[in-house]
Amino acid sequence: MGINPAYAGREYPPTAPYVVGREHVRDFARAVGATHPAHHDADAARALGHPDVVAPPTFAVVVAQRAEAQLIADPEAAIDFSRVVHADERITHHRPVHAGDELVTVLHIDAVVERSGLATVTTRCEISDVAGAPVSTVVSRLAVRLAEEVPA
Amino acid sequence: MTRPTLDGLAVGDVVGTRTVTFGRQDLVRYAGASGDLNPIHWNERFATDVGLPGVIAHGMLTMGAAVNLVCDWAGDPGAVVDYGVRFTRPVPVPDSGAATLEVTGTVGAVDAEAGTVRVDLTVTSGGEKVLGRSQVLVRL
Repeated sequence: MGINPAYAGREYPPTAPYVVGREHVRDFARAVGATHPAHHDADAARALGHPDVVAPPTFAVVVAQRAEAQLIADPEAAIDFSRVVHADERITHHRPVHAGDELVTVLHIDAVVERSGLATVTTRCEISDVAGAPVSTVVSRLAVRLAEEVPA
Repeated sequence: MTRPTLDGLAVGDVVGTRTVTFGRQDLVRYAGASGDLNPIHWNERFATDVGLPGVIAHGMLTMGAAVNLVCDWAGDPGAVVDYGVRFTRPVPVPDSGAATLEVTGTVGAVDAEAGTVRVDLTVTSGGEKVLGRSQVLVRL
């Protein structure tokens, strides 16, 4: 059993707001080796028209993965996290994420597919600000290797 | 800072190349910064028990590190409006030393009407592609 197929089409309630902190943006930028000044220096970011330090493009996935945890941690979804492999990822920014943002995420399960020893689940996180304006859309496809297919 | 303009770009132009290295400490730092604490990224015993060759880098670390050359080239990280990848091969990270990635960004499409350029990233480790269909849409 890879992923409960009944989960396709499911939509979860909005998450509690995620507050994007300036030091977290800097720490995340360091972790991915992003040295552009707009990630670290608020004045440099403002010079480019941003209100505060800009998060690296993949930071939205940090926010999305917190929402995806609702699925991963759900025992009825029956996902063995130790067998999960990230298959693909796509991030669309309706506007850049920056420090000071308060982000709310709605997790959608768009598809569950099982074939040839792999079950894949496609999730879509719609991230918006607390007023409801869209910020980012994060689409992830996770593959779960089915236990009986793993060589001894 | 001078930023590139659409009219100066043609499909096939190389926007940059970069060599990126990941050691175990880099994986721990990414685990902390991202909140992705999956032990396959820091625990050798756990990784081999689940059938992996050893500790592997977070796919999101590879994806996050690969796009930096595009952000720097564009002159504004906020110019990246869309970024998608396929994770084609895991990146094993040795206990000592580091994994090395080679990243090249090439102009794949220019859309003058939309004001965007698509940069295609080639990301290899040990001569093997680790990301596929890696495309970054940038608004200039």
